[in-house]
Amino acid sequence: MSDFFQQVVAGLGSGAIYASLALALVLIHRATGVINFAQGEMAMFTTYICWTLVTNHGWSYWPAFAVTLAFAFVLGFGIHRVVIHPVERSSVLTVVIMTIGLVLTFNGLASLIWSAEIRAFPSPFPNEIWRVGDVAISQQDVGTLGVVLVLVGLLWAFFQYTKIGLGLRASALNPDASRLVGVRVGWMLAIGWGLAAMLGAVAGMLAAPTVFLDPNMMQAILIYAFAAAVLGGIDSPLGAVVGGLILGVGLNLIGAYFDFVGADLRLPVALLVILVVLLVRPAGIFGTPVTRRV
Amino acid sequence: MRGRRELGIVLFFAAAAVVFVLPRFLSDFRAQQFAYVAIYFIALIGLNLLTGITGQISLGHGAFMLIGGYTTAILISDQEVPLELFGHQFSNDMRDIWTIPLAGLLAGIIGFLFGFPALRLSGLYLALATFAVAVAAPAFVRRFDALTGGGPGINFFDVEGRTRSETITDPLTFETKEAGVDILGLTIPTFNEWLYYLCWTLALVLFAGAWLLLRGRFGRTLRAIRDSELAASSAGVNLARYKTLAFGISAFYAGIAGSLLAIATTFVNPDTFPITLSIYLLVGVVVGGLGSLWPLVFGAVFIHFMQIEWAQRVESVIPDFVPIIGAIDTDAPGAPAVAFGVVLILIMLLFPGGAAGLVRSVRSLGARGYDRLGRRSG
Repeated sequence: MSDFFQQVVAGLGSGAIYASLALALVLIHRATGVINFAQGEMAMFTTYICWTLVTNHGWSYWPAFAVTLAFAFVLGFGIHRVVIHPVERSSVLTVVIMTIGLVLTFNGLASLIWSAEIRAFPSPFPNEIWRVGDVAISQQDVGTLGVVLVLVGLLWAFFQYTKIGLGLRASALNPDASRLVGVRVGWMLAIGWGLAAMLGAVAGMLAAPTVFLDPNMMQAILIYAFAAAVLGGIDSPLGAVVGGLILGVGLNLIGAYFDFVGADLRLPVALLVILVVLLVRPAGIFGTPVTRRV
Repeated sequence: MRGRRELGIVLFFAAAAVVFVLPRFLSDFRAQQFAYVAIYFIALIGLNLLTGITGQISLGHGAFMLIGGYTTAILISDQEVPLELFGHQFSNDMRDIWTIPLAGLLAGIIGFLFGFPALRLSGLYLALATFAVAVAAPAFVRRFDALTGGGPGINFFDVEGRTRSETITDPLTFETKEAGVDILGLTIPTFNEWLYYLCWTLALVLFAGAWLLLRGRFGRTLRAIRDSELAASSAGVNLARYKTLAFGISAFYAGIAGSLLAIATTFVNPDTFPITLSIYLLVGVVVGGLGSLWPLVFGAVFIHFMQIEWAQRVESVIPDFVPIIGAIDTDAPGAPAVAFGVVLILIMLLFPGGAAGLVRSVRSLGARGYDRLGRRSG
């Protein structure tokens, strides 16, 4: 039984990381209708920035964290204006190809600049364990979950109570009407991309201590994030968070209790989740089913 | 129109003649490189059939190549299982060649079956699903290691039945040289040249097949599906049938390409078909031109040579302030990826038609009237 709780807590920790990245995906999809295949690579790139600040320039963790978030925001904002905005109205294929181009560019750039060596990444949380009865709870997992929940809360407050947040919601819901009311939709969408990039950076920086820093570290996490977003509802931020946590816990439990799956088949399980959800209930748990009138 | 078709056929045979004569002028190493170009060409035709012509985005064609490659590897290396189809037993000589159609067939069937769930996914979600398939495929391979050799993969360099050239030692000078590959009574001097002929023969045959397939009703139907599923369906097109067929044929091509790739490298492991392969195939299709056929050669050339030869040239383009962040290693695997990515983005922004688009623009320069790029005659 204690093993069960341990798996659950560990699952919540990794699930928080998936939730953060999934939230980024949902944010971008809600705002611009694009599935950003490059979210993981952008997150990885910004994590390298943090690593550089801490390792090469001797910064301490939290200031580096903050600066990295700012960098991520600018990066996301810039990417939208330069790469995505010109092709927003083109076909789906065009936009997908653009984001794939970004995947290649960021992955390659990270390899070029920092080499493909696997590196250790510092964690703000001590590598220790709390004991609650029989269960060993890693402080890393709790800290990760905490950071993500705080961030989600801040983001929610931002959307709910600020003018920019309102503008963002309006632009996502009805761009034309928003323009008529005076909202600068283009800038709003770019801000959305910036915020999403920040969420991705958080996911990357929280994942790196465990999975270690290398240019390909976010690829598997991206798939898990996709599964979480699809499960929760690709247009629902709440769904992204809930989906991420469910997926994290679920994957851990399945991996622990089904020998057949073990550690190797976690990724295919996520793939299965994606396929099943898209085929059975494409809107996910919290999404609203879309009906088309023909 | 008839004149153009005849011209096309003439050009095809001219190109085929060039292809067959080329190895006389190429070094052995180059012959191998061009063999790889043929392999990519086949895969690109398959992918373009699905994505450029039928409009179904597939980011997972590397997985179909994986199926083809592993089929060949498993069939070749498992010497106890005789290669047998409908009671006819194939001899062990040139066993690897016999596995090629089987690999393509298996990949094609799996592709066809994948087409069914894919019917319910559109656009972005299909891209997402195929992307996930491509990332998960190597994991599958690793897991079922009894069949696939797991992480280390299957190495069939030494397996009997693999077509190869022997190395012989000249008794007088004690030099070793390749004795050549014997096939159908002819002797081809080196393994690489044989590989070149194998790949290009298949590439030309498959290209002609695709061209014939797409000229008529079938091609028009697929293009109709791409342009508007709603309109096509209203006109009586059975979407399910054509989409699954497109998936199947496309996967067949990819499977053959994967099989040839395995034969060329004489081993397969989960890292032979990573997600980057699927992505590079997409790059190749975009560079060649979505919806085109023969310009895909440019795409294939681009994919292959960019990975190998041109990465070094990226060095001179990087500005001087970048070293602040870290030391740049331009020999790192990253360089081609950046080049690919930037090229992809630039092409979509500036030349969405790819090489085919450029060809079209060049062609229309000579035209008069309203043909010329849609504007009035000049």
